[in-house]
Amino acid sequence: MHTKPVSPWKQALLLGLLGGAIAVLLSLVGMVAAFGERYIVSGWFTMGQVLFLAPILFLSYTSVRRVTPQPSWILLLCGLLSGLVGSALLAALVIIGQVVNLRTMFVNASPELFDLLTFGVEGAAGILILLLVGMAMGVFAVGLFLLPMRLRSAVTLALMWTFLIGLLRDLIITIVAQWEIKAAAFPEWLGWAKTAIDAIANFFDERIFAASGLNPLSAVVIFLLIATIIYMRASRKPDSEKRQLSSPKQKRRRILTFSGVGILVLILPFVLGIYFAEILDNVGLFILMGLGLNIVVGFAGLLDLGYVAFYAIGAYTMGVLTSPELGFFNLTFWQALPFALLFSVLAGVILGLPVLKMRGDYLAIVTLGFGEIVRLLALSDWLSPWLGGTQGIQLIAQPTIGNFVFNTQAELYYLFLIGIAIVAFVSWRLKDSRLGRSWMALREDEDVAVAMGIDHVNTKLLAFATGALFSGLAGTIFAAKLQSVYPHSMNFLVSINVLSLIIIGGMGSIPGVFVGALVLIAAPEILREFAEFRFLAFGALMVAMMLLRPEGLWPEKRRKLELHEAETPSDIIDEESVPGLEPDAAS
Amino acid sequence: MRRNWRQRITITDLVVWGIGIAIGAVVVIGTIATLRSGKYAPSTWLDLAIKGLALGGVYALIAMGYTLVYGVLRMINFAHSEVFMSGPFTAVFFANYLARTGFLDQQPALSMLMILLLSMAVSMSIALLLERVAYRPLRTAPRLVPLITAIGASFFLQYTFRGLYGSGFQAYPIPEVLKGSIQIGAIRVFYTQIAAILGAVAMMIILYSIVQRTKMGKAMRTISEDKEVAAMMGIDVDRTIAFTFALGGLSAGAAGILYSLLFPVVNFYMGFIPGLKAFTAAVLGGIGNVAGAFLGAIIIGLLESVGPNLFLDGLGIPTPSQLKDGIAFTILVFILIFRPTGLLGERVAQAKA
Repeated sequence: MHTKPVSPWKQALLLGLLGGAIAVLLSLVGMVAAFGERYIVSGWFTMGQVLFLAPILFLSYTSVRRVTPQPSWILLLCGLLSGLVGSALLAALVIIGQVVNLRTMFVNASPELFDLLTFGVEGAAGILILLLVGMAMGVFAVGLFLLPMRLRSAVTLALMWTFLIGLLRDLIITIVAQWEIKAAAFPEWLGWAKTAIDAIANFFDERIFAASGLNPLSAVVIFLLIATIIYMRASRKPDSEKRQLSSPKQKRRRILTFSGVGILVLILPFVLGIYFAEILDNVGLFILMGLGLNIVVGFAGLLDLGYVAFYAIGAYTMGVLTSPELGFFNLTFWQALPFALLFSVLAGVILGLPVLKMRGDYLAIVTLGFGEIVRLLALSDWLSPWLGGTQGIQLIAQPTIGNFVFNTQAELYYLFLIGIAIVAFVSWRLKDSRLGRSWMALREDEDVAVAMGIDHVNTKLLAFATGALFSGLAGTIFAAKLQSVYPHSMNFLVSINVLSLIIIGGMGSIPGVFVGALVLIAAPEILREFAEFRFLAFGALMVAMMLLRPEGLWPEKRRKLELHEAETPSDIIDEESVPGLEPDAAS
Repeated sequence: MRRNWRQRITITDLVVWGIGIAIGAVVVIGTIATLRSGKYAPSTWLDLAIKGLALGGVYALIAMGYTLVYGVLRMINFAHSEVFMSGPFTAVFFANYLARTGFLDQQPALSMLMILLLSMAVSMSIALLLERVAYRPLRTAPRLVPLITAIGASFFLQYTFRGLYGSGFQAYPIPEVLKGSIQIGAIRVFYTQIAAILGAVAMMIILYSIVQRTKMGKAMRTISEDKEVAAMMGIDVDRTIAFTFALGGLSAGAAGILYSLLFPVVNFYMGFIPGLKAFTAAVLGGIGNVAGAFLGAIIIGLLESVGPNLFLDGLGIPTPSQLKDGIAFTILVFILIFRPTGLLGERVAQAKA
């Protein structure tokens, strides 16, 4: 990427406009107002204000970074300008909103929004404050930029951590409160532990957090603490020191980390409590599906948008076979499981066969169509005697071992855990197997792969079948968890959910699936206000990810190489010379 | 000879053809059974056919967007259904305003034209924005990348409009003049259907002549043949691609208003199903081919409105219209299996395969 020298003023103006436009969009979409009550620092600022100031801040920063070789007073003025321009757009929105009733069109242009934008101050003074804050943001961004590297990263990271702690106030408080309840039941001899937990809970409740967000004082303390720690660590430990660790020591350390994580995962539902066990179950469900789709999309490069179909088939088979309401078979969970998995795999093969010849775009649409057909069939009156139509199927059997029933969220969590362990192990082993390598070869260049003697029919079918198997497994556990299935829970959005989580985690990367699921599934559940905007955010994240970091958050090595190989400078658009971009129709 | 025959036909082919024959048999048996039962009068079929034609015209306009973009970029613009949605969903507020002031009924032609232009302008801007932000930086990326971007952009747009205008349904006002119907022989034709058909045909003629006659259209066709050579011949590739997106957006915006005449309710999700069907139409006609898109869309429209009753009713399936979307998707899967080049699409599809 070569950049032409641009006038810093023009750059600042343009990026300031962009930042303002993003801020206006976030406001009108309703995000700002939705987070208007969630304070980050109690009494000072809310998440909503962060949402409309962050784009301005970020783009001011970008604008000064792009025009670097300039004296610092010019940079400061640039930051000021872009901050001003950004907030001017917001101010324009406020003024228009007060003159005309925007609400007939934009449902979210509410008085609360304008109140937030002007920091609760009426009239012209409010607009002035908005402009001043915008300029302050611009100048702050430049100030951050002018700091020495180490200090800058310490300040940025500390800001982010403080922000995160403030944002997750409810989460932390709920968890701690839940400990307190558990501690109340402690026996006599654990009295000290009880007092300690009570003290911690009190400390969190009263000292660190306010009714919403952080205490102003503790926010400052936390910020300074984190900044100092990061700064000190950065100064003390140069990178080379890490590498000097002897290999047995490294190994021991790795074992320790792994066992630590393992134990944490095992006791997680107890640590976090019931509400979070439910979230964990959802995350587990999506990890299961993500691992399956990761094989199809990530390993084999077959973009499957109808992935929910296999999930639906797994869940519905489980329902039909076990539900006494329909009364066909009345099997138990474990008896029905093999059949459900078998049907999912069969569906995978049946879908796989006709679409074998297609590539890329066509495959995506056909699988999407397939997913919709499955949903429409489940919904139709025609099949309702067997599949329950819109009513779905109730009273699905729960898994049991002996007399033990997997009933509560915490118990189901372990069921998911077992499923994930098996599936993750299988995909980990598959990845570097002969089959896994064939998948990746097909993904990178189908023609060459076939020429090298890879049987593309069987290989692709196996990818579809394995993906379908995992998804079917997720479906059966899902059915058992809710004890019911409805056609409405089998819609296209599920496929998109799964797809975006593997894309954000990193296509083809197994840890990426876990990261993606944690980010995309847990975050909207924890921040309830966010749930409404989840698909908006997913879409934006998918686009941003593809533009900026196509390999994902936790990339797989080979994939990363493949994606960055394409970054050769070229002045004319020249697709033939870029590997993996042959313009092929479904031939 | 015999061995040769065996080698060429694989299990895959057998299964695929088996599925194909099974579905074909269902269609034939269903049709015969329905026609024999005499449940529907001939005029009912004609009514359905008119409905299908009107729908097909709208699909044709949406399909233009897919086909033109595919022609120049060789990618399916997944977010085109959202380009289609954005126009009418924005224009509905203007239309409602006109209806409230009574202008819509006083000057129906003028106000419909204004609504149409607004919708086209919005859709075009969204299409241009999409091209600039999401697709242009990725033109040299591996092909899965822009596809995923397109899906992401589609969701982003859908939920942005949901956030902007709310998740509810907005009723589209229809001018008094267009309410009602005329009786031609045994068939009843609604004015809105006539308007949709006429509008679609007019728009198609305009688009077709732009693509075939103008210099820009020629540049588009050149790029679809070979981008590199086109650039060497002095064609501004970026501008031409942007123009293609603009054209697709314009026709999608027009399609949106015509669609709202047929189904006078809009919401943020309205683009998904018509978009998918229009895509089916584009593939059926041969993607990249303008005339093919029109033909394919008419066929899809007809099959969708006539199909459920004709094919499925005779088989004793209750409420077959629930499965009308299923029919369109089945057709899609079918064409892609048996004739991926579509009906008229030899030239483009084979040249690039």
